[in-house]
Amino acid sequence: MAVSLSQSHILVDDPDAALPFYRDALGLEVAADVANAGYRWLSLVAPGHPDVLIVLEQPEAGRSPENGEALAALLAKGELGPVHFRTDDLDATLEAIRSTPGATVVQEPVDQFWGVRDAAVRDPAGNLLRIEQAR
Amino acid sequence: MPDLEELRRLRRARDRMDREFASPLDVAELARGAFMSPAHFSRRFRAAYGETPHAYLMTRRIERAKALLRAGAGVTEACHAVGCTSLGSFSASFTALVGETPSRYRTRRRGEVRGLSCCEVLRVTRPRRRRRDASSFGEAPRAVAV
Repeated sequence: MAVSLSQSHILVDDPDAALPFYRDALGLEVAADVANAGYRWLSLVAPGHPDVLIVLEQPEAGRSPENGEALAALLAKGELGPVHFRTDDLDATLEAIRSTPGATVVQEPVDQFWGVRDAAVRDPAGNLLRIEQAR
Repeated sequence: MPDLEELRRLRRARDRMDREFASPLDVAELARGAFMSPAHFSRRFRAAYGETPHAYLMTRRIERAKALLRAGAGVTEACHAVGCTSLGSFSASFTALVGETPSRYRTRRRGEVRGLSCCEVLRVTRPRRRRRDASSFGEAPRAVAV
């Protein structure tokens, strides 16, 4: 038996604001862009990893209004995440993130004793992302 | 429907405390940045995160001070490094939240959480106030030891 991650969902309030962050700053590629019932699902993959989908979806999509609101509030408060990404050039990744509207670096790069240099950022929706580079 | 724009402003204020805890931040300045009066800001922040911005900032500073003390920093050094200007009130806040004085903590806990990643260390060592003990500008009389 072999099990591995095939897709993971990240909640975003505004797909139009999320796309410049995930596609242009992080460099992910759009594999699918599906609209249904007033909502939008964006599936992205990292270059060289076409078998792991990162799906951006809205908190209200496919949920009761009450649960959608609860998740939207948690997202706005910054209580969702962290999602971890690895990069081969942390400084370049952070530079791209800094120039993306709505994204912020919340922790500048730090050398960690377990062998990575990492930073923390918020995407435009408020998700916490940790980005790490092996050293 | 929750006021999502207000929650986003509160989030930015909290991120600012997490990031700039070592500078002389105060609630009035944070409230200005969130476009709210200090009283309204404190009320809404507490409703969102379960503690006042003042309490959040102090627990953030004490959590960082604990990390510095575990790494071997002196008490005065740790106090100033986390943005506290008065050693007396730092020690009082630390003792109220952690349950022991900074110098005793330093002696006992050095090296204890080695092996945890930094975000786990933050979660595990951040002092927790019991809700009923959190007062608007008060130090918690008791804190859950972690």
